[in-house]
Amino acid sequence: MDIKAYIALSLVLFTIGIVGVLVRRNAIIIFLCVELMLNAVNLLLVAFSKMHALSPAAKASANFAGDAQIFVFFIMVVAAAEVSVGLAIIVMMFRNVHTVDINFLNRLKN
Amino acid sequence: MNISTIVFLLLSLMAVGSALMMIISKNPVHSVLWLILVFFAISGHYILLNAQFLAVVNIIVYAGAIMVLFLFVVMLMNLNADTEPIKNYRMQLVGICTGGTLLLLLVLITNRMDVEQLVETNAGNAGLIKNLGMVLFKQYVLPFEISSVLFLSAMIGAVVIGRKEEPIDQNPNS
Repeated sequence: MDIKAYIALSLVLFTIGIVGVLVRRNAIIIFLCVELMLNAVNLLLVAFSKMHALSPAAKASANFAGDAQIFVFFIMVVAAAEVSVGLAIIVMMFRNVHTVDINFLNRLKN
Repeated sequence: MNISTIVFLLLSLMAVGSALMMIISKNPVHSVLWLILVFFAISGHYILLNAQFLAVVNIIVYAGAIMVLFLFVVMLMNLNADTEPIKNYRMQLVGICTGGTLLLLLVLITNRMDVEQLVETNAGNAGLIKNLGMVLFKQYVLPFEISSVLFLSAMIGAVVIGRKEEPIDQNPNS
């Protein structure tokens, strides 16, 4: 496979995530779109690591080509922690204002 | 057109279509279910790239744990299509135009790259659990341990934020 195919796929997924964040007003959907963007980046990291594995420089040296996959693993770890805190914030917000519409959250006071 | 190209195209179609449906669907529960389908497609891509550990972790952690957490929260709030927040069509148009322009720009920039590199599919043993585990527990053992502290702090933070506000006790001695 060409690396450009993977770049194009990741770009499309990432842009769908951005459009979702901009268009939707529901805080939970916006959070889902952020997760989609994280996954697009993860996919691109893995594709680049496999591209690096084919290069002659990687075969000549003893460099491990799977470092990017460790990176992706840590991105998933941080995302899991982020989701738990973010959902707690959304639940707290819903308990106070009884909505998840971000249009009603444009002020920091009250 | 060999078999891995066909599998790549099918998985890409599934991922992009499910992602679009996630944005379009009105019901938040349906959005979460479409996003689970996207994660399965991305796991298929990982298997195609021979990153089996990441494929399994993606399914277990994302589709299994995080999305179930989302579903719990959505159902706890009793959100459905009737409670969809009010729309602002001008903002939607602006958002779609911004996203389309960004996509066009990024595609144009990446097309100017003169790399003609290929990606290794169905080969390579870097993504196997044995090799990744050796690297993770030798070279990256300190970040691994720090991430456990991160999880602990995230857990405590979630509990503190989600706790019910108790009324302030005027007389603590009573």
